[in-house]
Amino acid sequence: MSTATGTSLQPGAQPPREPARKPSTMAQALNRALRDSLAADPDVHVFGEDVGTLGGVFRVTDGLAAEFGEDRCTDTPLAEAGILGTAVGMAMYGMRPVVEMQFDAFAYPGFEQLVSHISRMRNRTRGALPMPLTVRVPYGGGIGGVEHHSDSSEAYYMATPGLHVVTPATVADAYGLLRRSIASDDPVIFLEPKRLYWGKDDWSPEQPAEVPAIGRAVVRRPGTSATLITYGPSLPVCMEAAEAAARDEGLELEVVDLRSLVPFDEETVVASVRRTGRAVVVHESTGFAGPGAEVAARVSERCFHYLEAPVLRVAGFDIPYPPPMLEKHHLPDVDRVLDAVSRLQWESEWRDGEGSGSAGEGVR
Amino acid sequence: MTVLEQSGAYHLAPPPAWRPRRDPDPLLPDREPLRLLGTGAELDGELLLELYGQLVRGRRFNEQATALTKQGRLAVYPSSTGQEAAEVAAALALQEQDWLFPSYRDTLAAVARGLDPVAVLSLLRGDWHSGYDPRASRVAPLSTPLATQLPHAVGLAHAARLKGDDVVALAMVGDGGTSEGDFHEALNFAAVWQAPVVFLVQNNGFAISVPLAKQTAAPSLAHKAVGYGMPGRLVDGNDAAAMHHVLTDAVERARRGEGPCLVEAVTYRLDAHTNADDATRYREASEVDAWREHDPLVLMEQELRSRGLLDDAGAQKAGEEAERMAGDMRERMHQEPELHPMDLFDHVFAHRTTQLQQQAERLRAELEAAEAEGIPAAGEQDRHGQAHTDEQGSRK
Repeated sequence: MSTATGTSLQPGAQPPREPARKPSTMAQALNRALRDSLAADPDVHVFGEDVGTLGGVFRVTDGLAAEFGEDRCTDTPLAEAGILGTAVGMAMYGMRPVVEMQFDAFAYPGFEQLVSHISRMRNRTRGALPMPLTVRVPYGGGIGGVEHHSDSSEAYYMATPGLHVVTPATVADAYGLLRRSIASDDPVIFLEPKRLYWGKDDWSPEQPAEVPAIGRAVVRRPGTSATLITYGPSLPVCMEAAEAAARDEGLELEVVDLRSLVPFDEETVVASVRRTGRAVVVHESTGFAGPGAEVAARVSERCFHYLEAPVLRVAGFDIPYPPPMLEKHHLPDVDRVLDAVSRLQWESEWRDGEGSGSAGEGVR
Repeated sequence: MTVLEQSGAYHLAPPPAWRPRRDPDPLLPDREPLRLLGTGAELDGELLLELYGQLVRGRRFNEQATALTKQGRLAVYPSSTGQEAAEVAAALALQEQDWLFPSYRDTLAAVARGLDPVAVLSLLRGDWHSGYDPRASRVAPLSTPLATQLPHAVGLAHAARLKGDDVVALAMVGDGGTSEGDFHEALNFAAVWQAPVVFLVQNNGFAISVPLAKQTAAPSLAHKAVGYGMPGRLVDGNDAAAMHHVLTDAVERARRGEGPCLVEAVTYRLDAHTNADDATRYREASEVDAWREHDPLVLMEQELRSRGLLDDAGAQKAGEEAERMAGDMRERMHQEPELHPMDLFDHVFAHRTTQLQQQAERLRAELEAAEAEGIPAAGEQDRHGQAHTDEQGSRK
């Protein structure tokens, strides 16, 4: 957290004039996206717990109240249902609220507003009342948070028709996806992988990268041997696993970053798996009835005749999120991903000699 | 005396001076619900007549809607019989630019605000979740989850004020709804933001079967306002003049920027919770009969007659006008709604996802196959698989 604080944008400061290619953190990119959205559209309002004077517990809203005034970046009473419920009313009046749920598990009191109103207001009013609001939710583990500070709740949101669910894994996507989410005419659950908040890459605030649209996955690393399908906090794990597999096993793993869980970019995923013939889905949230179950089912339906092996999942255990001193045993890591890759029936004796042709070269 | 004081080891600084954030006295409600009818209070005769006309229409609406449940035309109807005064006062206290946030029982308030009865009954008929355009009518969709629409009213009123618009939101909830967390959060937000909102609690005695005594230990529901820092007003909910007076006052107060207000209307639900409920299981007939003596229509009619503003001819005219409304409503409700199964995939998102597109194509193929075999589409069939009869008993 100290890193973010130390490099945060100062209240009232001009947009930073940093040279291109100077590394920026994801938290800074999110801050910049909020700032640019507030500047671009007077109907955008940021509110939530501690988002004003403090700048958010992760400093993502740092300086916004000072620059845009407390009416546009507002500290609310401590009440998640109230935050989401008032956001509904503001959206009904034509505003674009951007609200912060301070931590993943703190969002649960607001769940009724999400599932009973936000997700279905457009539908029940036949388009008369769209809900152009963005719910920012820092999620996931790996930062040593105590209980209720590390949940991965994406499956709940995914199972609610009417919500978009997106999650960036890179600094550039954090900016681009948040801008797109705020501009979207539909409600977006914007999941921020909190352990990547301080990750840097060479995204430049001077030349903010745009993402094409919400709902497009991206191939982060091309490969021919198998596809790793992942998103958010597990992307760096998969990238590292792919490098290790190439180095140690000569396997070229393709890594697909979903970026958006709803809408789901089936075409990119299916095209990749049809090329490679093997797939592993990797995420932190629980495996049972988790996001990977949906992905694996869709891949099985669409790629059955291309598959050399069952679709495997590497996920968190089906347990309440563990205490921080044990979380390293729970979170999918490089070894677990590589272990799953090794279980992808590389020998596949039963198909030997049939020359299916879809298994990547260099497998043996 | 604390342990430290007893030990004498430390000098304790006196605590910083405490003062209440606001003087609670002006926020406290009266001990008795406000009444105007029958008190000789100075009242606007034209307003009384307008309220009377709306009460007669409202009673007839409740009767007609209940009859429609028996004819299979409404899936369910939560009657507001006995509560018409609060319903129509809520609608008449608002100006055109204001917003109404009704709960599922508040169909009458929406109709009194000028909405088409058939459109308002869409939710309860089951042909769509909401049959009117909330933005055009400034009536939010009828809310089924309790109290969840209250924070919407706060957010909308707050947004309107931020935009500099002269808009007040009136949010309606029942006595049971005051136990919900959203009630608390909405009132707290409204008071902190000084949002131009009026909360109307219709205390009709029961949350389905649970009486108020098992719902709250508060002296009155109006007392709850004080804890949030807003005034609470206690009104006889069957006295349409008092309801209109207090709500208009609260709305104009909010409009002047003086913040939110909570109004408790003390009333009674003469019918069961819905047509599916058996109220004899949880209350005595004598209790219901006692409240029938305090019927909002009777109270208003007595007032008007004693003032010489209404005679038999006037009462008959009001009844005939209500009958015309009911007849029109009945006739249109007996027409089969036009349903299009393909509408299921509209308005889920601004743009259909690939997955929804695929599902829509699958349904379309099913419908086309069924049509080829001469089977009507699902939505064109009677919900109950039965032929309807109209009020004269003839087969439709």
